[in-house]
Amino acid sequence: MIKLQNLHKSYPMGKDSLHVLKGLDLHIKEGEFVSIMGSSGSGKSTLLNIVGLLDEHDEGTYHLNGQLIEKLDEKKAAILRNRFLGFVFQSFNLITYKNALENVALPLYYKGMNRKERQKIALKYLDKVGLKDRAEHLPSELSGGEKQRVAIARALVTNPKVVLADEPTGALDSSTSHAVMELLKEISREGMTVFVITHEEDIAAGTDRIVRLLDGVITSDEKTNKKVKV
Amino acid sequence: MFDLDRWREIFQTLSKNKLRTILSGFTIAFAILLFTLLFGIGNGLKHFFEREFAGDATNSVYISAGITTKPYKGLQSGRRIQFKNNDTKFINEKFEDDIQFFSPNIQRFNVLTIYKGEQNRYTVRGVYPDYLPLESAEIQEGRFLSVLDLKRKAKVVAIGRMVEKDLFGNLSAMGKNLNIEGISYKVIGVFSDPGGDGDERFIYTPFTTAQGMYRDNDELDYFGLTYNPKLNVDEALSFSNLLTKMLKEKHSVDPRDQGALRVRNYAEGAKNVQQFIMVLNIIILFIGIGTLIAGVIGISNIMVYIVKERTKELGIRKALGATPSSIIGMIMMESIFVTAIAGYFGLMLGVFVLKSIGKGLEQYFIVNPSVETYVVVGATIVLIIAGTIAGYIPATRAARIKPIEALNDE
Repeated sequence: MIKLQNLHKSYPMGKDSLHVLKGLDLHIKEGEFVSIMGSSGSGKSTLLNIVGLLDEHDEGTYHLNGQLIEKLDEKKAAILRNRFLGFVFQSFNLITYKNALENVALPLYYKGMNRKERQKIALKYLDKVGLKDRAEHLPSELSGGEKQRVAIARALVTNPKVVLADEPTGALDSSTSHAVMELLKEISREGMTVFVITHEEDIAAGTDRIVRLLDGVITSDEKTNKKVKV
Repeated sequence: MFDLDRWREIFQTLSKNKLRTILSGFTIAFAILLFTLLFGIGNGLKHFFEREFAGDATNSVYISAGITTKPYKGLQSGRRIQFKNNDTKFINEKFEDDIQFFSPNIQRFNVLTIYKGEQNRYTVRGVYPDYLPLESAEIQEGRFLSVLDLKRKAKVVAIGRMVEKDLFGNLSAMGKNLNIEGISYKVIGVFSDPGGDGDERFIYTPFTTAQGMYRDNDELDYFGLTYNPKLNVDEALSFSNLLTKMLKEKHSVDPRDQGALRVRNYAEGAKNVQQFIMVLNIIILFIGIGTLIAGVIGISNIMVYIVKERTKELGIRKALGATPSSIIGMIMMESIFVTAIAGYFGLMLGVFVLKSIGKGLEQYFIVNPSVETYVVVGATIVLIIAGTIAGYIPATRAARIKPIEALNDE
């Protein structure tokens, strides 16, 4: 599903440049539940941005769903994001003046779906995350855990190939974190590829595979044996 | 082209961010309000001057006689100059080519005029048929005096619209007999005059009739004429100077004597007024354009700020699959929508204010302050263009924002 080969990325910092990703090779298959671990500055967010088509890589190749990603213009990137990717952010990134249902329905608007169908599907996904009764609430009226569940519903609503979660539990307390991770796990069990970025060991431990990043290189890539336990 | 969903999206954004919408709307509404008021008041000033100088034909010359102030050719000063019928003949013969309309005039003020119990006092003028175009007056009903009336010394009158209104109310005066100082005159015509109510309270009777009635001999009061409209202002002035010189010679008046013969040539005044109105127009135009530009800059600033404020939201939208063109479209449509609605509101408010205060401004030389339809249409078009410009720059900037940067924007 996601195939990275010798991926490099550096950011210009004045005259010098900061080499963030130094030749990553990573292959994530369809339906995998993967976490990227690393301290801040390890390059994990950069990796997610590149995988999420929010940023461009400098060198190497990136295949998403078998498609080589290179020299994308903004429009193509937007269409690919809309079709293949769902995002879950640490700070939720819900639109503050839209209620939960409208937030969930927004990706479908950009997909060009009509309003009735949008609302029907959005409601279905809100139901899936257990927030059907909060459909008319604004983000400010929801708890942190509820906001993140709305964001997950929004990420899923277009039925993407990959869900990218950037520190999805970073702003949540431990019990809500646990609930959110359970939800992601459930999604993964349904066959969705889920890609989580975190720096918390126990969160990473909840996934099927942990990739550790340090200073822009992969230091370890191992499967957790959790699956065996279950 | 009409995308209901997109409009829903825009309405929601605008209505959920009321303060922002109202602030940006207020800027443009205020600019347009100022524009409308300035334009309207400028037009009012213009109307005032046009009205004040529209009373008579702009190429008219009036010649009246007075008392000499200088001794000349053995004659003492303080002598009264009196025009007579031979002066009429003199002017007519000497300046036939330069004159368009010409009429001697006998004038009598405060003449008691009665019709069936209704009575009032009016100025009665004895004139030639040519006098009508001299006053820029127009016949509304019936006819003006004719050459035949003049020859027959007919006891007929053409009366102003206000005379008819005073004495006849809503009835027609045509064919009725007016009692003017005890003598009966038949009303043959009613005229209107752009010079206003005062000029519509005159009664015109044939020159010969008036001379017979009010003078014992062939004396008359003054001359009115219009010069050939082909003459330019300078030619017109030299014509009236020559006329003055020859009349002074004929009446043995010192050429430097300013009191004995007075010639009023409207050419110079008309020229000044036209220039004044033109300058006024230019000033109005500059102020108007300036106000509009200020408004456009204002709304551009606000749009830049709005885009800045919405950076994160736009980043989210992009992450969810919004293309750059859909971002540009959204920002621009919002901008155009707000400018058009707010601008229209300001325009209507301006028109309303002008309507409601217009009557009270006449003492400040402002008459009927208003904006013409083409100005309204033009301003609306300018508004829409303004909205487009105001929205375009921030919108393209918004579209260029990298979603990743926008999302990190706290």
